Amino acid sequence: MEKEKHHIVPYKVYFYILIALITLTFMSIGITKINLGGYSVLGAMIFSTIKSVLVLTWFMHLKFDQPLIRFMVGFVALLFFAITFITFLDYYFR
Amino acid sequence: MQTAAQIPQEVSYLDYKGKYKGIFAWIFSTDHKRISLLYLYSMMTMFTIGVLLGLAMKLELIAPGRTIMGPQSYNAVFTVHGVIMIFMIVIPGLPAVFGNFMLPIMIGAKDVAFPKVNLLSWYFYVLGAILVISSVLFGNGIPDTGWTFYAPYSFKTGTNLLPAIFGAFVLGFSSILTGLNFIVTIHRMRAPGMTWFKMPLFPWSLYGTAWIQLLATPVVGITLVLVALERIFGIGVFDPTLGGDPVLYQHLFWIYSHPAVYVMILPAMGAISEIIPTFSQKHIFGYKAIIASTLAIAFVGYFVWGHHMFTSGMSGTAQYTFSLLTFIVAIPSAIKVFNWISTMHKASINPDIPFLWAVTFIFVFMIGGFSGLVLGALATNVYVHDTAFVVAHFHFIVFGGVGFSFFGAIHYWYPKMFGRMYDKAWAKMGWAFFTVGFLTLYSPMFYLGMMGMPRRYYDYLPEFHAANILSSLGSWVMAFGLLIIVINLFRSAKNGAIAPINPWNGKTLEWTVPSPPPVENFDEIPVYGEKDGPYNY
Amino acid sequence: MENATQHSDPHYDQEASKLGMWLFIFTELLLFGGLFLVYSIYRFLNPEAFRLAGEELNLTIGAINTVILLVSSMTIAMSTSALQKKNKGLTIFLLEVTIMLALIFLINKYFEWGVKFDHGIWPGSQHLINDMSKGEILFFGLYFVMTGLHALHIIVGMIIIIVALNKVQKGTVHADRPSLLENAGLYWHLVDLIWIFLFPLFYLIH
Repeated sequence: MEKEKHHIVPYKVYFYILIALITLTFMSIGITKINLGGYSVLGAMIFSTIKSVLVLTWFMHLKFDQPLIRFMVGFVALLFFAITFITFLDYYFR
Repeated sequence: MQTAAQIPQEVSYLDYKGKYKGIFAWIFSTDHKRISLLYLYSMMTMFTIGVLLGLAMKLELIAPGRTIMGPQSYNAVFTVHGVIMIFMIVIPGLPAVFGNFMLPIMIGAKDVAFPKVNLLSWYFYVLGAILVISSVLFGNGIPDTGWTFYAPYSFKTGTNLLPAIFGAFVLGFSSILTGLNFIVTIHRMRAPGMTWFKMPLFPWSLYGTAWIQLLATPVVGITLVLVALERIFGIGVFDPTLGGDPVLYQHLFWIYSHPAVYVMILPAMGAISEIIPTFSQKHIFGYKAIIASTLAIAFVGYFVWGHHMFTSGMSGTAQYTFSLLTFIVAIPSAIKVFNWISTMHKASINPDIPFLWAVTFIFVFMIGGFSGLVLGALATNVYVHDTAFVVAHFHFIVFGGVGFSFFGAIHYWYPKMFGRMYDKAWAKMGWAFFTVGFLTLYSPMFYLGMMGMPRRYYDYLPEFHAANILSSLGSWVMAFGLLIIVINLFRSAKNGAIAPINPWNGKTLEWTVPSPPPVENFDEIPVYGEKDGPYNY
Repeated sequence: MENATQHSDPHYDQEASKLGMWLFIFTELLLFGGLFLVYSIYRFLNPEAFRLAGEELNLTIGAINTVILLVSSMTIAMSTSALQKKNKGLTIFLLEVTIMLALIFLINKYFEWGVKFDHGIWPGSQHLINDMSKGEILFFGLYFVMTGLHALHIIVGMIIIIVALNKVQKGTVHADRPSLLENAGLYWHLVDLIWIFLFPLFYLIH
């Protein structure tokens, strides 16, 4: 897409994303002080997912790329989760 | 549609003289057509070794008790036979040879997207082959785990497993790079006017296959790395004494190795989807349905791996989930068979050599497929798991599927690739001997398995003797057929009649370029108009 | 179908190059994905042991390393903008900072592992096998394999960035032919992404 060549991401956008990422990192460390029991993994994963979406969208340029690549990334993520889910059908129900 | 109107005076890709001389003009070439032949010749070499190992097994099994080898040797033979046939023949299979040769031409391109990466793929193939061979020639003993490398034996065996594992890893890399190359090629290099739904079915099948190669292979890659680390460091991931679960190994292994069988069969089906319309001189029935089926098989195929593990100790929930999904994934294959047969209905059939292969493909593929349903049903699986029934099933569907399609494809595209026609009488005889031999070799195994003969044993009970004799005889007839086929194709490359541009009256782009094609395939890149498309009879 | 961008070199297709790089990234995601799958199964089966073993790891170093990688992702992302703004000096500076940060990460890792070894903890060690529960053995097995494989990718990433830096200096990578730098950036972000998941799974189990 020509769009990509003309749109140059300003430095400060990258800087703001970094601030957000560092904030989220410290928040993820902070919530370990709260006892969430079995949900602590989920909590950590939610933070990681948000951080990775930020990295994918801005640092890796998905926001400005053709939708096809975004679709592919989503597909791969879904595939991985489906495989994990099905594997757990064995271990969870043993 | 504009095409290369006049046959140009250009040199064919076979005769082209570039920067390098002699053998280097081939092993340093980034021309997709030369790379295709490099794969063809290396695969034929490894296939010969694999066939000889298979014949050795059948010779051992011709009588109960020790015939020519003992149990340790037998274990080594079936291991190396499997590793070669799976990783070096049927997985690279049609994509490496016919995908490389025909994909760019069929979509109107001059080469693949990344020609140097393409050559690198072949280098990895050769390196992988060398590593596997080295595991046989050096070290403390030939690998004896089976090609499936199951834990815990794979990290306990004293045999020389690491080079074999490493070889399989490297071969996986070859597969990944081929898949990556083909996806980008299909996305970016289709000729102007060739929309997705004007692309022929063989490229479509390569597209579905490429995604599996790309996404599934890394899983077996990391699994093999873990086995290697288990052997070297004892990390514990698959070792029950350290907390690991060997069944988890099986999950990881089959998460790749089941989709791998779709890597094997999808391009094979794609070639059949090219041969049948051409030899029916009729548009393929249900073009879009075949595309949808291809993508459905590729997708659902990721989720059925547990049907290799029904007796391993998985939960009941996992068992019936996998069984259900296995039955579902059979449906799109059935749709394809229906479409092929419907194409032939009321068509003007040209029963030439490629067509013979295509029809027998359908026959053996269906037998393989139906036997897969027997294995996919939980109640019957318990009974036939790890018996000769399984061996029959996968030889019918993998060797039958990929093998018959490969022979069909080579007889279909041979005139284009080499500019010569082979001797048809010999080709027909080769087909006949091969088919009869194949059926005689593998059919008794269904019976033997149901009667209880285990697989991967060098010995069996006396009541299995007669069926085993029949099976082993079949192996010799089949090998004889192979010999006829190969010798015929070899000789015809030099002595065969010069082939015309379009001997079969095909409608896809490869039949518009010279036989054999020039280096850059097209004088001018063809442009597809409104009315253009494949199979426009 | 998308049109190829206009370039003086008819063989240079920036979109194809980018697509190819993303496809390669997918293979890396599935490669590590397999390890994350193994981790998740064993953590599910051994929750207490994993929690216990996790306390042996140094949260501070882990957090510092996380921040280091995040900053390095920013610097390499900025370098792609700098390249497009034709600011060669800034591009090179940002790439040098990225490489430095990567090196610091590796040095931290070296010390972290060193501490473990000093405590008698490594795959197959007597202390591990004799004194720890099965869940703890698995935790450390996975810890070394996953952070080790990740560190290997950091090294490879550094080499790729050095090559890109070199070509920017020579002028063969520039605003009209940025693919090598952009793809190097994608690879580096991938390395960061993997760590974003590794960090909480190993250091934040409480």
